[in-house]
Amino acid sequence: MDFMDLFIKKRIRAVQKGDQNAYADLVDLYKDKIYRLCYRMLGNQHEAEDAAQEAFIRAYVHINTYNPDMKFSTWLYRIATNLTIDRLRKRKPDVYLDEEVNGTDGLTMQAQLPSREASPEEAVESLELQETVQRAIERLPEKYRSVIVLKYIEDLSLQEISDILGLPVGTVKTRLHRGREALRKQLGHL
Amino acid sequence: MKCPNEMISLMHHYLDGDLRPEEEQRLKEHLRSCAACAAHFHELKKTVAFLQYAAHLTAPPAFTTKVMKMMPKEKKSARLRRWMHGHPLLTAASLFVLLTVGSFASSWGENGAFSVSADEHVIIRDHTVIVPKGETVKGDIVVRNGSIRIEGTVDGNVTVIHGKKYMASAGQVTGEIEEINQVFEWIWYNIKEKVNHALQSLE
Ligand SMILES: [Zn+2]
Repeated sequence: MDFMDLFIKKRIRAVQKGDQNAYADLVDLYKDKIYRLCYRMLGNQHEAEDAAQEAFIRAYVHINTYNPDMKFSTWLYRIATNLTIDRLRKRKPDVYLDEEVNGTDGLTMQAQLPSREASPEEAVESLELQETVQRAIERLPEKYRSVIVLKYIEDLSLQEISDILGLPVGTVKTRLHRGREALRKQLGHL
Repeated sequence: MKCPNEMISLMHHYLDGDLRPEEEQRLKEHLRSCAACAAHFHELKKTVAFLQYAAHLTAPPAFTTKVMKMMPKEKKSARLRRWMHGHPLLTAASLFVLLTVGSFASSWGENGAFSVSADEHVIIRDHTVIVPKGETVKGDIVVRNGSIRIEGTVDGNVTVIHGKKYMASAGQVTGEIEEINQVFEWIWYNIKEKVNHALQSLE
């Protein structure tokens, strides 16, 4: 077990004993991963932040049901994935319409992209590409979307994805293949 | 020429990193001779690159602070334990004062008599206070050196000092439930009581 795993285990134990401050370290550690997952699943900054916060609160409230045989990140991903899928299912059709019309959400996202030296044209291009990729992901049916996001946005192994979604690895692969094909039709010609 | 679907399947297995060497060889040979499949493969790899590019995104500012503000209230004893941990000198000093004043520590240490503060709706049997089924106690209950069994309802806080609480089910107590079995919890309880008294006398 490496140092990081040990640190995480210790923080979890402290939280389980009732030390709320220890939880801040865990939130800090996983906030980018969980937020990213929520953003790519929901495609809306405000809703993503709300969902990511809810995921962390849910994990805290149920911390005593966490089984240490499982990686903590796997458990967190499972909570966040289920939560975003729930939200997608509960969405009313007019919400989709709204987003389609507004479409400005991605603009404010620029501030959160990692800063690196880039010309203004490059910045606009990269932003447009991010937008295009996001819209393509959003057009995927939810069962392909979750697999694609966990694989390529979160960079997880097929085994981890299978653990998170509670699906056999074979099913994960099939969904990944179909998801990639669907995305290829939208992004492959760019 | 229509290519076998098998080639597309091989491409995906390649992307998942589970292609056997001989399969990889077969795919490569086909791609060299088939422009359509080569284009398909190129598009798939480009799609993957775009997705990986989209992975760069971080949580909004002050995310952790916001989550911590939304957290449900933690147990008081955990908060006090942490405070004592972070302020060892102050803890020692306050303990010294408390011990000198003497009332808290000695009242904790002595084999205090069983006592209960509650109204007439309770039954007392062998140092155990029973809130019978169907009864509702209005107001707080404090049990010292004894236990409480709650079968009915308590409309207020329940505090058990040097004892245990037993409940038929959750949600029968409208206020807070506290069990005090350790010195620091006792001190905390006393400080809180003193502060409450002080506040009430100010009002
Ligand atoms: Zn071919």
